[in-house]
This record gives sequence, C-alpha cells and structure tokens, in this order.
Amino acid sequence: MNGAHDLGGMHGLGPINPEPELEEPVFHAEWEKRALGLTLTAGWLGQWNIDISRFARERQHPITYLSNSYYENWLAGLETLLIERGVISPEELAQGKAIDPAPAELIEKCAPASAVQDILLAGGPCDLATDDPQSFQIGDKIRVIQFNPTGHTRAPRYIRGHKGTITDYYGSFIFPDENAQGNKIGQHLYNVSFDGNQLWGEGNDTTIHVDLWQSYMDPA
Amino acid sequence: MGHDHSHDHTAPPSDPALRVKALESLLVEKGLVDPAAIDEIIETYETKVGPRNGAKVVARAWTDPDFKSLLLSDANKAIHSMGYTGRQGEHMKVVENTATQHNLVVCTLCSCYPWTVLGLPPVWYKSAPYRARAVSDPKGVLAEFGTTLPKGMKISVWDSTSEMRFLVLPQRPANTDGWTTEELEKLITRNSMIGVEHALTPEKLRAIEASKTP
Repeated sequence: MNGAHDLGGMHGLGPINPEPELEEPVFHAEWEKRALGLTLTAGWLGQWNIDISRFARERQHPITYLSNSYYENWLAGLETLLIERGVISPEELAQGKAIDPAPAELIEKCAPASAVQDILLAGGPCDLATDDPQSFQIGDKIRVIQFNPTGHTRAPRYIRGHKGTITDYYGSFIFPDENAQGNKIGQHLYNVSFDGNQLWGEGNDTTIHVDLWQSYMDPA
Repeated sequence: MGHDHSHDHTAPPSDPALRVKALESLLVEKGLVDPAAIDEIIETYETKVGPRNGAKVVARAWTDPDFKSLLLSDANKAIHSMGYTGRQGEHMKVVENTATQHNLVVCTLCSCYPWTVLGLPPVWYKSAPYRARAVSDPKGVLAEFGTTLPKGMKISVWDSTSEMRFLVLPQRPANTDGWTTEELEKLITRNSMIGVEHALTPEKLRAIEASKTP
C-alpha cells in the first residue's frame, strides 16, 4: 500500500540528528523493552507472520504512523493483530483484564524463558522453493511494473516503473504480498541496481540496490 | 527520551508506558506470555547480541583472506560459522567498501537490520528522515554524520526490501599493520558496518580512550 511507511525520497522530515554511537542506549525507556519483548513473544503464538505484522503497522493513518516513535508503531501493530486474530477482545484491551480464558491450544504455545535462546538462535528462514522458472539472470535489464496495490508489498514506490539491472540472484523466497494475506508461496528473489539519475534526476551519481521478487518485474 | 514527538496535529494517544503495562498484564493473565521470557529477550539484546559480534566478523575478514573471500561470496556460511545465527540474520549479504566504492545500508519500508551481528537498530536508523533520504541523497546523509568521501568515490545504497540483511565491510584503516584481531575490533564501530561512518583511525581510537581515562 502507498502508506506513510514507504518513505524513500520523501522531503521535509528534518535532520536525522543521530545520537553519538558511544552514548546511545539500546532502549530509551523501560516500556520500549517490554514492547519489544511482547511483540516477539506474542508473535511466537503463531497467529501471524512477519508480513502480516508489517502490514498491521503500515495500515495506521499516515499522521499517526509518522507521529509515533518506533516502538509506539510496534505497539499499535501488536494491538491490532491481537484483536484481529481474536487473541484478545477490544474490551479486554481497554480494561487490561481478561474476560474470557484463552483457548488451551494457544496457551500451549506460550514460550517459557528457557525456550527463548533456542527460538532466537533458530530464527525464521524465509527461503521457500518454487516450481516457477527463473525469468532473469545477472546482467539482465528489467523494468519494475507500475502498480499501486492496496495491500502489503515490498516494492517501494520510488522504483516502480523504473529500469534497473539484475545484480544478484538469491534463490526462491516467501513472496511478501501473498504472505501478508496468509498465503505462503515461494518466488524468485533478485537484487536489482538502479541509477541515481534515473530515480532522482540528473546529477545524482549514486547506485541504489533494491531486492525485488520476480513478479515485480518485466524484461526491459 | 530523545525522540519524543509533537502530537499537536492529532489526538494525543494514551501513554505508551501504560498501554504496554496493561497489555502485558492482560497477556500474562491469559497465560499467553511469560514475563520471564520477555526479561530473557531484553537481556539478550542488551548484553549478548550487539555490534561487537559484527566487529569480530570484520576484524577476522581484515586479517584472514580466506575468511574474507568466503564472507563476500557466502556471508551466511562465514557468519554462521562464527556462531552468529538466528533472528534477523537468517539471510546475510556482505558488501565491501574499497578505495573506489562506498556502501550504505537502509530499510526505507520499515527497519530491517542484521540483528545477529549488529543487535537492535539505533533510533536514527529507524527514523523517517534517514529512511527517506538515504536512498535519494546519501551524500547529504553522510555529511550529517560528519563523513566525507574522497572525490570520485562511488556510492551504493542497499535498501533492505527483502529478508536479506546487509552488513558493510568497512575499509581497514591505515597504520594498523601487525595489529591483532582483538586490537582491530576496537576500531570497528556499529556505524561503520552500516556505512554511515568509516572505521576509527588509530588516532581517533587513542583520543576516545584518552577521554575515558580521568
């Protein structure tokens, strides 16, 4: 979707003001730590995947998305998912108190502290085979399709319709646009380079590399 | 908090600290979340998994040509062989800074970042201005970090739009011949592995260490 999260090339957002590396703490408030931990542990209940959770954050009103701090956006996304998947009810969220018990099969999935290291070390690999033929080879010229999907996509606006060159082939990976709708499908994934002057106008001599799934592209 | 925002153009949301507390107690009451598991996650990213992991990878690449070659051709194999596996590091690609090529990493769509080797991302990496301008004006972004590049240096920006996570292999600073990997690791900053700064020079490292000792 063309949401506020799709930020590449936006103007007027002010300076970055980075905190010096040696001075920046990992977290800036106690609640940020709990928001991170809750997002991960609730995710391990298996009721959504990474693209569903990204889409939950992206769907916020642009003013809200851009006004929120980072972990506020995580919190908003988590609240949306928990309610949409029926894990909690809006009334329970409002009160912070349980009204109905959780189903036993969900409680079984609650990760104890002793399982955390193994879960983090295992991660969640995203490669997934496909029977589709590989359409592009390194060096091929492509054009990104022009589209404006209202659902989740990982093709940012700033490269749509533009010409690029395939610079790497990663294999077949879960296709996010479908994954966000709960459909786990493998699709070929590439790295594609774009000339700065093509994307941003003359005088920009940088190269921009973007990872793109096969169906985002046509031969140029 | 260094990143409070003004909410004068929208209704003020309720205090996130209260919301998080209420949500945690609700999920704990329902038996869906173990608060000790949250503690374990926090401790992991505050004390165990951070940019010192990446510094070990880079220092080894600077001193071991075979490892460097594996790191650039099969980053997964090289990095996983050092034990840095797992969440947000399942699929890795390393891009090398050279005398003619500088690399910079961003995620314009969210905040994708190689947790296994760099830990959790800093606030600026997740901020809207960085995400907006890293792809369209990388030179301006680098200038905000006080980073200058020699004339003619090519810049590549890597936008993390898939589950591939990018790590920059910074250039080894001059006058470090004969340094051990442990000594070299001190020169390797988190920011140099994102590509917004260079690795520290020996002079800068000495200045930092001098400022720490009273």
